[in-house]
Amino acid sequence: MNVGIPLEISANESRVAATPKTVQRLKKQGFEVFIETKAGDLASYSDLQFQEAGATILPNATALYECVDIILKVQPLTKEEINSVKAGTLVASYLWPAQNSELLNLLAAKKINAIAMDAIPRISRAQKMDVLSSMANVSGYRAVIEAANHFGKFLNGQITAAGKVEPAKILIIGAGVAGLAAIGTANSLGAIVRAFDTRKEVREQIQSMGAQFLTVDIQEDGATATGYSKEMSPAFIAAEMALFRAQAKEVDIIITTAQIPGRPAPKLILKDMVEMMKPGSVIIDLAASTGGNCELTRPGEIYKYYGVTIAGKVDQLPAQASGLYGNNLCHLLDDMGKAVNFKIDMNDDIIGRAMVVHDGKINWPQKPLSVAAQPAGPKTPEKPKGPTPAEISRKNALTTTFVLAALGVFLFLIGSVAPAEFLAHFTVFVLSCFIGWQVVWSVSHSLHTPLMSVTNAISGIIIVGGILHIENDIKSPITILAVVAVFVATINIAGGFFITHRMLKMFRK
Amino acid sequence: MMSGLQTVSYIAASILFILSLGGLATQESAKRGNYYGIIGMVLAILATALGDSTQGHSILIAAMAAGALIGIFVAIKVEMTSMPQLVAILHSFVGLAAVLVGYGSYLNPHTQLLTGAAHSIHLTEVYLGIFIGAITFTGSIIAWGKLQGKIMSRPLMYPGRHLVLVGILIVSLLLLLRFLNADVSDGINLLLMMTALSSVMGILLVMAIGGADMPVVVSMLNSYSGWAAAAAGFMLSNDLLIVTGALVGSSGAILSYIMCKAMNRSFFSVIFGGFGANEGAQALAGDQVILGEVKPIGTDETAELLKEAKHVVIVPGFGMATAKAQHSVYELVKKLTDGGCKVTFAIHPVAGRLPGHMNVLLAEANVPYDIVLEMDEINPELPETDLVMVIGANDIVNPSALDDANSLIYGMPVIEVWKAKTVIVSKRSMAAGYAGIENPLFYKDNTRMLYGDAKKTVDALVVALG
Repeated sequence: MNVGIPLEISANESRVAATPKTVQRLKKQGFEVFIETKAGDLASYSDLQFQEAGATILPNATALYECVDIILKVQPLTKEEINSVKAGTLVASYLWPAQNSELLNLLAAKKINAIAMDAIPRISRAQKMDVLSSMANVSGYRAVIEAANHFGKFLNGQITAAGKVEPAKILIIGAGVAGLAAIGTANSLGAIVRAFDTRKEVREQIQSMGAQFLTVDIQEDGATATGYSKEMSPAFIAAEMALFRAQAKEVDIIITTAQIPGRPAPKLILKDMVEMMKPGSVIIDLAASTGGNCELTRPGEIYKYYGVTIAGKVDQLPAQASGLYGNNLCHLLDDMGKAVNFKIDMNDDIIGRAMVVHDGKINWPQKPLSVAAQPAGPKTPEKPKGPTPAEISRKNALTTTFVLAALGVFLFLIGSVAPAEFLAHFTVFVLSCFIGWQVVWSVSHSLHTPLMSVTNAISGIIIVGGILHIENDIKSPITILAVVAVFVATINIAGGFFITHRMLKMFRK
Repeated sequence: MMSGLQTVSYIAASILFILSLGGLATQESAKRGNYYGIIGMVLAILATALGDSTQGHSILIAAMAAGALIGIFVAIKVEMTSMPQLVAILHSFVGLAAVLVGYGSYLNPHTQLLTGAAHSIHLTEVYLGIFIGAITFTGSIIAWGKLQGKIMSRPLMYPGRHLVLVGILIVSLLLLLRFLNADVSDGINLLLMMTALSSVMGILLVMAIGGADMPVVVSMLNSYSGWAAAAAGFMLSNDLLIVTGALVGSSGAILSYIMCKAMNRSFFSVIFGGFGANEGAQALAGDQVILGEVKPIGTDETAELLKEAKHVVIVPGFGMATAKAQHSVYELVKKLTDGGCKVTFAIHPVAGRLPGHMNVLLAEANVPYDIVLEMDEINPELPETDLVMVIGANDIVNPSALDDANSLIYGMPVIEVWKAKTVIVSKRSMAAGYAGIENPLFYKDNTRMLYGDAKKTVDALVVALG
């Protein structure tokens, strides 16, 4: 099987779908690799390096398309390129199938099998081929670096003999992979980082990366089963806008990453907000390719609007981004059976969905596949299976109602027959139960053993019962029982407190 | 002492007990919390002993002196590794005391003077106090036996065990109805019958619970001992007993609940069902076929691996406790840290036989607690970890908890050690863990088995690292 990597012809594309390293991997998988000359130039990989890795260099794209079965690309094929590709060729590249229906028709007419790398379902098994994650990671990092460059001030705060330098405040909107990468980078440069996301579940991730989680006071969760966010209600959006407006006055840098699949990016930073920002502030719009989150973003352009730099593009770090993208592709081919057992299995969860054009048929929109995990957050565990939160809360509400009703009946019965003295004790009893309940929740895991042994010692209070029963007459059965009770309870009290003391003495920082 | 003074002392003691439990919430205030508890207890005992109605001071002092001496002696002598047993056996003393106080209260002539609802309620209190006390007493002894290894740790399974328990409950209830209308001599007989029944119930309850669930059981017995004290408080009309008993009872119950959560287990199935609640699944687990082979490794090779590693995570389990290897392990950690390696401990919430058991052992070995991480903190770090050393842990690192729906421990969160580059499992033999199930971890490609007693193995590693 022959794999071909053409030169990317789009103007803003500096990446390439293979690096010398990934060429070696492809060779190891049993593929022959052909590369168009100068394909890696913009990403700082020379033809010579590719040759040394075992690839054959071809002088132009036409020659390349003639001899290969699989084409690996970054940007989608253009109409012109499609014309020179053989029928039956497999192409793996970005495709944005939701926006590019015309292109899908062309590919189908030419019987080209197309895998949209951006349509790989975001399930755990597919994470190694998830280009959206790997590329978002790059752009998130780069967004902060470019913002720092345009900002032209310190990001970290300093107090020096020559005066105080305020730290920069950065707002990051959207905590997907790009957002989280941006938070991490900004945080490590010393800036004060705040982040907003409509999905409540990412709060912990945001905080773990070192940012403050901003939220609006409306109970609505933007999380969906596909792992992406959904569009929110008007009330939510109004609250969100108020929050951004307040933040715009305060922050120095805004990095937006909010995208909704198959739709234009939501407009989150409006003209008036940009005008509120301090001169010298920077907006980096990572959603520029789908229209931008900022009203004033010009995709592919960096310009100043009344002193605020608005960037509609970030550098792609092409050398490393190509490496990551190339690795994603290698994993994809690996999953499809390498060269020897290569096959297109449309029943496979991943291939069956990412293969948006197959055998002349358009396979889009894709069958839904629920992603249990959050969108490709590399550090987040999958959510456990089981009843949905709604079901659980309904069940809990039912249980609570039942328990409360039973409790009510019980109290009614007691109240109607028991003497006053008993009820006084009963009040004390119930209140104490509640105090115990409240106190224990806050105990840290590591202290559970000492807690248990101290409550054990305290339960030795039963000794009081023994003491009250002792009489002067040693031979009376009550006294004998009581003395034994006092004796064993004291063992418990002394032993319990002492062992707790021994344990606690050992804890040290 | 006047009864007014006694009452305020009781209030002070109650507050001190609450502060004591609250103090245990954080490391910093924990010691203070213990002192609060001690002061509260001394205050409570003094206020009671000096009370107007208290008699027989000499015999009281004698009994208490003897008890205190024994208690402190045991607490000094006990090894930190056998602390769970000590706590369990101490619970049984509270249970016993509650039973004795219950009988004493019933025999008290004052009891017979009560009439009507007050009389019935008092008798019910006595009955309940003895019932709970007896369950605590025998249950704690069984828990002690299981922890000490004197009684088999596998859950005792027999058909219809739930029916037996329900039967005991019903018979006890019927006895209570007769007891309420019985005269003193009949009453004593009925009480004795009930005590026998509830003792059996305590035994059966704990026998049915597997060793791995012992932390929950110990904490549950702790809770029972609290309720027993509260019941005693009702029968003696003593608010201090009620307050303290309720505090201990509810805190123990919640602690058990928190632990069950940590193991992803239903609270009720642990308390009533035992580990092997699902017999069908157990049979399946026994037949489970595991592919791959076990690859042993020697100490020298392990030392080489440790030398090369940049980030090592140590997962201790009950095996470290039994081998008393914590000091040696810390020696090893110091050696590695001196060599520039980052070492952290990963503690599963239910590692060992008591919650927080591992933390206590590591603290004993002076391991600073900022390198001791909890499961949730360590799991995301494991893919970047060069080497994981599992020392005497088994079920808490079992991958079938995540991927084998038939496994008994399916759904329990585990430390995902197999995601690290290399896993070394230090273990005495290939025997199954406390839950009695196979562990596919041992058969994974990146796992190496380091056989031998944990302490000896770790000592050898320290020497090999020079």
